[in-house]
Amino acid sequence: MKFAVVVFPGSNCDHDAYHAVKHVLGQDAAFVWHKETSLAGADVVILPGGFAHGDYLRTGAIARFSPIMQEVRRFADAGGPVLGICNGFQVLLEAGLLPGAMLRNRSVKFQCEHVFIRVEQTDTPFTSACRQGQVLRIPIAHGEGNYYAEPDVVERLERNRQVIFRYTTAAGEVTPEANPNGSVHNIAGLCNEARNVVGLMPHPERACELAIGSADGLAILESAVRSVSQGAFPAAGAGAKAVAAAR
Amino acid sequence: MRARVFVTLKPSVFDPQGTTVADALHTLGYAAVRDVRQGKYFELDIDAPTSDEARRIAGEAADKLLANPVIESYRIEIDTTAEAVAR
Repeated sequence: MKFAVVVFPGSNCDHDAYHAVKHVLGQDAAFVWHKETSLAGADVVILPGGFAHGDYLRTGAIARFSPIMQEVRRFADAGGPVLGICNGFQVLLEAGLLPGAMLRNRSVKFQCEHVFIRVEQTDTPFTSACRQGQVLRIPIAHGEGNYYAEPDVVERLERNRQVIFRYTTAAGEVTPEANPNGSVHNIAGLCNEARNVVGLMPHPERACELAIGSADGLAILESAVRSVSQGAFPAAGAGAKAVAAAR
Repeated sequence: MRARVFVTLKPSVFDPQGTTVADALHTLGYAAVRDVRQGKYFELDIDAPTSDEARRIAGEAADKLLANPVIESYRIEIDTTAEAVAR
């Protein structure tokens, strides 16, 4: 199975994602430069963390115009699994592939720490190997992770079960104290209506080995492997093929 | 001519930076400053025959890029004399 890790100028978690996929999970992985116009036949696309285009204007605002994003959009529209991590999540928001926007953290600080997130839904290609309600200990590292959307949009997200991860205590309780950045409804990650595009602020790729403090993030990347290989996300494999066929 | 585009967070959106600046001003003794909202300011030098056309172009630029409509709104001022001053 092949993962494409998109590299923008300013991405800095691309190697972390590549390492986790290739050396920890043992899957095929390829870097795809943002000027490319092909995802090289990937089954899964990762938009990694970092500061694409220096976060100029707004986080993710310029990355949206990178040539590869047209292909990412086509891949996503065809049902292919796309994971946006941190800055990658911000890019997905600016590109309109996910609803809402990011504000500066409530603390006005760059928050760099391990947090707990609860898996809210397991019917996405990035949570299929998780348990509903499972609490994961995963690091965050961001200044703008304060998720915001209009109240009616948030209500729609909740109704459609599009909130995939929520900041909680270690025991899985949603409290204001467990919310590191002020995100509405403690939202740490969400998916699109078709459920194949997922974005989250925490870094699962930095939590794949016990030697670096936590291996809880592995479940998120393993989910992609399971979903695609089992065809549990039928659109996933078909997505790459549909994109290939459309050429 | 020049378009000045002021981008600010919508009133309904919490502004952590503005709140922090307000706190700092209170520390400096400016108790009279009740609230601060922080935003962005852009100057666009535009080749356009009329101020209406310049406003239209600046508006499109703001809609498509300068402002994020989910959290921000914007205001445009057109200065027809700016070019001579600038260059």
